[in-house]
Amino acid sequence: MNSFLALPIVVPIVAAGFLVMARDRAFQRTISLIVLSASVLISIITLVQVADSDSIETTALGGWRSSIAIVLVADRLSALMMVISSIVLLSVLIFAIGQSARDEQSPFYLPAYLVLSAGLSQAFLAGDLFNMFVAFELLLMASYVLLTLEGTNAQIRSGTTYVVLNVVESMVLLLAVGLVFAATGSVNMAVLAERLAELPDSVALGLNLLLLTAFGIKAAVFPLFFWLPDSYPSAPSSVTAVFAGLLTKVGVYAIIRTETLLFPGGQENLLLVIGGATMLIGVLGAMSHVQMKRILSFHIVSQIGYMIMGIGFGTTIGLAATVFYLVHHIPVKASLFLVEGIVEKETGSSSFDRVSGLASRSGLLAVLFLIPALSLAGLPPFSGFLAKFSLVREGFADGRYGVVVVAIFVSLLTLVSMTKIWTGLFWGDVTPEPPAGRVGVLRHHRLMSASTIAIVGGTLLIAVLAGPLYDYCEAAARQLADPSRYIGAVIGS
Amino acid sequence: MSLAYALLIGVLFAVGSFLLMHRTLTRIILGVAMIGNGINVMIVAVSSRPGRAPIVGEAEATDSVPQALVLTAIVIGFALIAFMLALAWRNWTIDGNDTVEDDVEDRRVARRTEPDGGGGES
Repeated sequence: MNSFLALPIVVPIVAAGFLVMARDRAFQRTISLIVLSASVLISIITLVQVADSDSIETTALGGWRSSIAIVLVADRLSALMMVISSIVLLSVLIFAIGQSARDEQSPFYLPAYLVLSAGLSQAFLAGDLFNMFVAFELLLMASYVLLTLEGTNAQIRSGTTYVVLNVVESMVLLLAVGLVFAATGSVNMAVLAERLAELPDSVALGLNLLLLTAFGIKAAVFPLFFWLPDSYPSAPSSVTAVFAGLLTKVGVYAIIRTETLLFPGGQENLLLVIGGATMLIGVLGAMSHVQMKRILSFHIVSQIGYMIMGIGFGTTIGLAATVFYLVHHIPVKASLFLVEGIVEKETGSSSFDRVSGLASRSGLLAVLFLIPALSLAGLPPFSGFLAKFSLVREGFADGRYGVVVVAIFVSLLTLVSMTKIWTGLFWGDVTPEPPAGRVGVLRHHRLMSASTIAIVGGTLLIAVLAGPLYDYCEAAARQLADPSRYIGAVIGS
Repeated sequence: MSLAYALLIGVLFAVGSFLLMHRTLTRIILGVAMIGNGINVMIVAVSSRPGRAPIVGEAEATDSVPQALVLTAIVIGFALIAFMLALAWRNWTIDGNDTVEDDVEDRRVARRTEPDGGGGES
């Protein structure tokens, strides 16, 4: 019994409810900062607890027996995801506060942002499939609002695609949950892990594929990714940074749970093929665009492929590498979008035909872009190198040469495409001409720069602390690879 | 599960999928409502026995979990449809129709004739 776990879900939702009524922006900002700082703190405490005792914390809400109740489960993976996501949410909140003046911001922005954070926590902690569906709805609903908040033509157009696609995803997920319930009589994942194994193979396969389709749309894997590069670029950069860093990763997280707990070792080859195709198509899409936000959006798709590939290896070390990849990818991707946000705020665009020569205006901004960009491409000594290296090494050890060759080739193309942003935006003559007497870029956007520097610093920290962090990921993967521990923790308690 | 239920679910899914294929947002919304109801009927139909109330203490109580699930799903579906209607209305106030349009940037990329690594033309 540990009702502590419910706090990162309950507190933001309650706060969001009050903030919708209290429209004073300064008040809204203070409360949001306090709430998100509190969830960072709670997540870190949970992480320490889980790592210290090497146990799985569970809470059965309402005091019911845990096989019936809504269960919240924090194992090593969920605790780690909670910590990373709450830190990124807090940094991006600071960025968003710096991005727009107090009265420019819609009074619904921060409440929606808090609901999003509650939805994320719930998705990571959900111990039953239906609760996971509700969590997805919660964060999707918040994301619909954030994406279309300004109500401009471009936002409504791309928002429509996004909403329709994700509503279809919700339908598929609900259908899958309903059918799982019909087949087994439960939605509790620990109970399911036992009962699904007793089903006839064909039924289990159908349920597995249905769940994979639903989570695959969410994670934007090939061939279900096309909504992502279409809709993300039209949102403000602070929103896109959160979406890019966290929303698709929830899908990956759900796929990890499905493939380790519910249907262990079911679809390895399928996942490898999907992973390879996702990487390749994503990076090729990125190469055809000339606007930074669009290029980065395609790279989200491409990077998801690596994680799917890691799950597809189906080994404990493969899973450990995937978890490490997730951890490194979330801050790297978010920081790239934040740099884009600063560029757009300063120059009004991030398109190569309008902007260039930023490196001569601000060297530090160029460095802030370069570190996550090289990390994304997987160059040493950055965190991306370690993440890709551990995946590739496991791929060779496992004998999956084809997909590993694709992975290395794609990381080369990623580097090419990052170089394209670099030459397009940061080199060349200074356009547009800055106003006379305006020196530098970052000093004019203090809050935005501070939060970007913090996240980029975080990615460097991941590289420095890679040893202990990787050990933690390996322990998390061992927990995942042994569903009996999860089952024991939930049902036994 | 009775044949009537099976037919009803089938028809709701078929009509819903057909409506989803359209470009007009209002039809898509109707399609979403149809499929949503189809799923809800399906959950109730496949997971509990007909004719019994889910009340503890009744002689033959049926499982109340699917009813709770469906109730939640209905509320979520209601919120989704309300939001999509708002979106359709906003779309209509902007350009007088509620058609889902193609991405401008995609069309620009598709129009490009000469591959040019640096980009810049349009």
